[in-house]
This record gives sequence, structure tokens and C-alpha cells, in this order.
Amino acid sequence: MNKDITQKLGFICLSLCALITVFFLGTLIYFIVVRGAGAISWQFLTDVPRKFMTQGGVAPAIVGTFYLTLGSIMIALPLGLACAVYLCEYSPKSVVVNIIRISINNLAGVPSVVFGLFGMAVFVKFLGFGVSILSGCLTLAIMVLPSIISASQESLMAVPQSYREASLALGATQWYTIKKIVVPSALPGILTGVILSVGRVAGETAPILFTAGTFYMRGYPKSIFSEVMALPYHIYALMTEGAHPVAQTKIAYGCALILLILVLTVSTLAIFIRQKQRSMS
Amino acid sequence: MKIKNVTKFKENIYRGIFTILAFASLFFLLGITVILFKEGLPIFQKVSVFDFLFGRYWYPTHADAEFGILPIMLGSLWVTIGALGVCVPLGVGSALYIHELAGYTQKSVLKPLIEILAAIPSIVYGFFGMVIVAPFIQRTFHLSVGLNAFTGSLMLGIMATPTVCSIAEDALSFVPKSFREASYALGANRWQTLINVIMPAAGSGISTAIILGMSRAIGETMTVLMVCGGAAVIPHSFFQPVRPMTATIAAEMGEAVMGGAHYHALFAIGLILFLFTLVFNIIAEIISRRFRVKLGLGR
Amino acid sequence: MDEKVRMEIKNMNFYYGTKQALCDINIQVYRNRVTAIIGPSGCGKSTLIRLLNRMNDLIPHARIEGEVLLDGHNIYGPDEDVVDVRRKIGMVFQKPNPFPKSIFENVAYGLRVNGIKDRQYIRRKVEKSIKDAALWGEVKDRLNDSALALSGGQQQRLCIARALAVEPEVLLMDEPASALDPTSTSKIEELIQELKKRYTIIIVTHNMQQAARISDYTAFLMLGQMVEYDLTPKIFTNPAKKVTEDYITGRFG
Repeated sequence: MNKDITQKLGFICLSLCALITVFFLGTLIYFIVVRGAGAISWQFLTDVPRKFMTQGGVAPAIVGTFYLTLGSIMIALPLGLACAVYLCEYSPKSVVVNIIRISINNLAGVPSVVFGLFGMAVFVKFLGFGVSILSGCLTLAIMVLPSIISASQESLMAVPQSYREASLALGATQWYTIKKIVVPSALPGILTGVILSVGRVAGETAPILFTAGTFYMRGYPKSIFSEVMALPYHIYALMTEGAHPVAQTKIAYGCALILLILVLTVSTLAIFIRQKQRSMS
Repeated sequence: MKIKNVTKFKENIYRGIFTILAFASLFFLLGITVILFKEGLPIFQKVSVFDFLFGRYWYPTHADAEFGILPIMLGSLWVTIGALGVCVPLGVGSALYIHELAGYTQKSVLKPLIEILAAIPSIVYGFFGMVIVAPFIQRTFHLSVGLNAFTGSLMLGIMATPTVCSIAEDALSFVPKSFREASYALGANRWQTLINVIMPAAGSGISTAIILGMSRAIGETMTVLMVCGGAAVIPHSFFQPVRPMTATIAAEMGEAVMGGAHYHALFAIGLILFLFTLVFNIIAEIISRRFRVKLGLGR
Repeated sequence: MDEKVRMEIKNMNFYYGTKQALCDINIQVYRNRVTAIIGPSGCGKSTLIRLLNRMNDLIPHARIEGEVLLDGHNIYGPDEDVVDVRRKIGMVFQKPNPFPKSIFENVAYGLRVNGIKDRQYIRRKVEKSIKDAALWGEVKDRLNDSALALSGGQQQRLCIARALAVEPEVLLMDEPASALDPTSTSKIEELIQELKKRYTIIIVTHNMQQAARISDYTAFLMLGQMVEYDLTPKIFTNPAKKVTEDYITGRFG
């Protein structure tokens, strides 16, 4: 009897935990969707900010986020994939490789603001790229590099050894085997990793605070050496700078909604790809 | 013979390219450590390590500057502990719920949902905390400011909950079915089995989840920058504004003179932050490795 | 009998690190004959067959002594290209291992590997190889389906077709039927009988009846040593060594 009551109470507690979690996160999404929807219009998406960020749109921030995301993935993907291929396929299994693997995993947990510091010291200052799209892309690329390497490594290691053997036994060279068999088989996993990284890069603020971002721009960036607006940074700017809190908050809601939709779409896509791949194998 | 050599040559070229790219990545990643030390250590020519770590006053821009990061570290500690208070019960509780009570349909909705929520950018949490949660807290507790350590902890905790939940749920699902069956066969009910058999078996996996949640909380920047209030003083209660390490770096780096003492001090904070998270991650790695060995999953 | 030597294993020793896995192996493999390697599990028969097309190159810390001659050339010679060796000596593995590609692409892979681009030729060659592997009737209408959708036995015959497409001089088979049901197994055995007219085949098997049914020569390995090598009928009816007799009569196993 007593046993059953404990069980009932315990299960109620657990349900409560789940409920509170869902409630909190639900509230967050509810407020941002409802209030953000009021701010979004065609003009909001396509116009530049006007009257000290109280009117107009956020198009430069959307464009900026697009540039930063595209640029950093274009840098991080080839580097990360190559690193993973090297570690999984070319380098002999050894203690050194294991240490490298562990350090890469650890770097994935380093706070993003620390990457921002690194980017500022190296790209902005030492290499003299200044606060620019280029510095921002490089910093973000290095931030997601560990995740891309680990995701690619995991997928490469999941490719059955028998595929490699079959290909080599037919007289294929190692490079041909990697190109035609190993990487294509690992592609869904690699893709999932990359898409999740896209979501992360698009939403990150701290690394671009002092490497790429600017509060306010009337137009669009002209070259990779220009400063750039970005959605997450724009939210921060709207909430902490300027003299018109009410009007600015409304715009910030709009930005938050765009960002939310972007990131949720991207991660849903990633999870969908992974699910599909799992059901296939 | 000649063709063979060409193939071999090409193979070596590809191998070379991959080696170079791999070492370029490693070079960048290890470069972080080097840069943090290089830019952070010079501050210790100005203040001693002891004064830096345990100094009670952070006045980096004064004419007579002081660089004591104790209030800042305590700020981080405060909100991290607070965040754990939120994300451990919620995250682990939700994981147990999903594992034990949720039916198939609920599970197939909740699991991906939690994962998707883990991807929401921190700026969104920060923004939400600033415009909705902080005013609410201010009214509820009759405070002069809603932006304080409590609000910060709450937001960080909620933010880390999906991470903790998702990893803890993975750990629970790794526990072999036979454990559960053995327990049922001895007459234990579901709750007893869950608490006495499954939880302990997944214990180190759950610890890993908590440590990684903690590591996320301590390294989080935008949320704490926006909702913690930003006062660099030693906090005496949960309802005071604090300025954690990440927020200090983010807020002040824009104004610090490059190569000045303030600049180096901020890098030194970054270095300490880096070491903290490194230690957390290594502990998590060790525990999770033991977990796999314990359940016979291999490496 | 007038037999032509195709491959020859001479004084071979093989080590994993410091552990010796094979000890002074000598075997002559004859043209258009099926040579079976039998022995209790762990005796090194899989290790031995993998040495014959240098698959052991993939294993770190492995070391080999002695020679493996293919038509008089040492495949471990300093000038020998491993890729070339593997092209000449095909291999079928224990577990069917088709690539996650279409049936057609699986067989065409080996041709593409060798730089063949002529589509007409590839198409003809794929068809012929699948026919040779006695699989054509079952798959001719669905060549573009995934190879993973085939049954285990069909997958294994597909792997054989894939190996045949590159026209190897010798075909190595590492327990090709051990993962298959009896019907598929007998199909593979029939196929081997057919293939030996054109290829030299070396097969590892733990199934002695199978060795007796399909092979012309049999090598018996134990604990990394070659105990006996002779004509199959002789090994199975009148072995020279007591150990061999004990093994084939099932006194240990």
C-alpha cells in the first residue's frame, strides 16, 4: 500500500518537472511569436533601420547574419572535414591521435566569448583585418570547427570497415575509397553536424561582439573588410543602447522571432535528416 | 611501371593535402590556448596572482586601477549554482519522465522537441529574460531591480535544462533492459526500480549531463550580460545584481585599450574561464568513460 | 597430374606485434583449381588468406616475413604496388559487404576504380559479371534498386559479381557461405564449381563437408602452423598425420 503511494507521488513529481520545463519553454516561444509577429512586415524584412533604430527594418542585420553564417561554414567545413578524414582514415591509430581527439572534444565546450577574445587578438589585431566580416567569419569558423570535426569523425567511424575492405580489395586506391565510399556513406551524419553548426553560428553573439559587429548601419556592407550588422547583435543593441526603449523593444521582438524561426527550422531539418538516416539503417 | 608511380604520387599528394589541412585546424585550435596565455599573463606583472584572484575590488578604468576579480568570480559562481538549482531537478526530472512515463507518441514528440529547444540562441533567452521575466520577478518580490542574480540563474537554468535533459535521457536509455526485468522479478514496483536500479546504473551518465549543463551555464555570455544587472560587487543575496566573468569580458572589451592593463586583465579572465570549462569537460569525459565501461559498452 | 602453379606461399611468418600468428607456411596454389584452407577457429586461416592480397596492410604493427609469389612475382616485393596486387587478386569476404549503392553501381564500382569510363563497356561487363555470379535472373529488372535490399545470399553473390567484374587472376574467398542459409550456400558452392573453369580459387572454410565437396586441394592449419597440404581426397580419406585425421573425423573442433 505504502509502496504504491510513494510511486504515485514520485510520478507526480516527475510529471511536474516535465510540465514546468515545457511550460517555461512554451511561454518563451509564445511571447516571442505573438509579439514578434506584430512587428514583422514586408518593410521590416527589406528596409534599413531608420530614425535611430526606432523605425524601418532590419534588412542589413538579416543580410549580415547570412554573410557571417555562409562565410564561417565555408571556412569551417573543408577544414573540419579534412581534419576528420585525416584523423579517421590517414593517421595511424595511436596515443597522439587519441589525445588530439580528446582535445578537440574539449574545445567544443570552451565558452564562445573566449573564441571572441581569440578572434580579436589574432584576426582583428595581429593580422590587421580590423572589425570586419572576415574577422567575424574566421572567429565563428574556429568556434564551430570542433563540433564539425567531432560530428564528421563520428560519422566516418560509423562507416563499416567492411566497406573500406571491399573497395580496397577491388584495387581501389585509398583516396578513391575515401572519395567514393567512405565520405558518401558518412554524408548524412556530416550534414547533420553542419546544419546544427549553421544554427549555432547564426545565433551566436559573443564571438562577433568585438570582431565583426556594429550597432547601426544605414546601408549594406561593401566588402569583406566592412563592419556588419547581425540579428543577434542587433537585439542586444536595441535592448541596451538608444533612447527609445518602447519602439526598440518592438523591433527586438521582430528580430528575435526571425532568429527563432531560422534556428528552429535549421535544427528541425537536421533532426529530420538524422531520423531518416536511422530508419534506413 | 610509370602509371603506377603516377598513381602513387597522386595518393601522396592527397594525403599531404589532408595532413596540412588537419594540422591547420589543430594549429588554430591550439592557438587559442597560446593566445590566452600570451595576452592574459602580462597582467600579472602589474598585480600578483593572489591579488588578482582574491582582490575584492574591480575598478579597471580608474586612474588608480584595481584588478581584483573575486566579485566577478563570485558572480559566476552565484549564477551557476542558481542555474544548477533550476536545471538539475527540471532536466533530470524531465528525462526520467520521458524515459519512464511518456508513451510512444509523447516520447517521439518530446525528445526532438527538447533537442530543438537546446538550439535556441542565448540572445533570445536573454531578451526574453529582460522583457518578460525580470519585470515579473521585480513585481512578485517587490524589488527595486528585476535584473539580478536570481533572474540570471533562472534564465541560465531554463536554458541549460534541454541540454541536461537530453544527455540524461540518453544515459537512461543505455541502461540494459535486463536490469529492469531483474528488479521487477524481485517484486519491486516501477518507482522503486527507477530510483534504486535504473538511476544508479545511469548515475555517471547523469553526472556527465549535469557537469556539461554547468559548463554551459558558466560559459554563457549574452544571457547573463543582459539579465544579471552587471554590478561588479561581491553579492550578498540572490536578489542583487552581479557581473559574471563572461559578461565582464563582453561588456568591457569594447572599451579596453588594446595592449593596456585592462585588456590583459580581461584576457586573464578569459584564461581562467577557459581553464574552468576545460576541467569540467575533462571530469565529464572521465565519468562518461567509466559509465561506458560499467555498462560494458566499450569505449 | 600436370598442374601449373599459379600462386606460391614460401616460408611465411606473420606477426601481430610480438605475437606470431603464422609460422613457416608453404603452399602451392594450382591454376584452375579450388584450394581450401581448413582448421579450427583461431588457427590463422583468415589471417593467411588476407595476406594473399595484402589486406593486412591495414593492420598496424603487423609484420610479415617470407614471400607470396603470383606467377613468380613476389607481391610483397619492394616495387610491387599494393593497389595493383589487389586488382589482380580479388576477394570475397565472410559477411556480404555490398556498398550502400544500387546493384548496378556495386558491380560497376570496380570498373570505375580502374578508370574505365566507356558506358557501353561497363553495362556489358556488369551484366556479364552478374550472370557469371548466377544472380542475373533474380535482379535483372531492378538493377537500380539498393543492394542492401537483397537477401544475404543474393548480397554475397553480388559481392562475387563485383569481384569478378575486374577480372582478377585469383579469387580469394574468406568463409563466403558462413553467414548464409543452406539454400544460398549450395548456390554459392555450385557457383564455385562453375568459376574454377576460369579462375584460380582459394577458399577458407570451417565447414569440412564443404571443403570436401568443392575443393581440389586442402591445407589444414592449426595454431598458426600448416599441418598438412595435399589433394582433397587424400586429406579426407587417408591423411598423413594423426592430428589431421582427428580433426576431420571430429574428435576435436
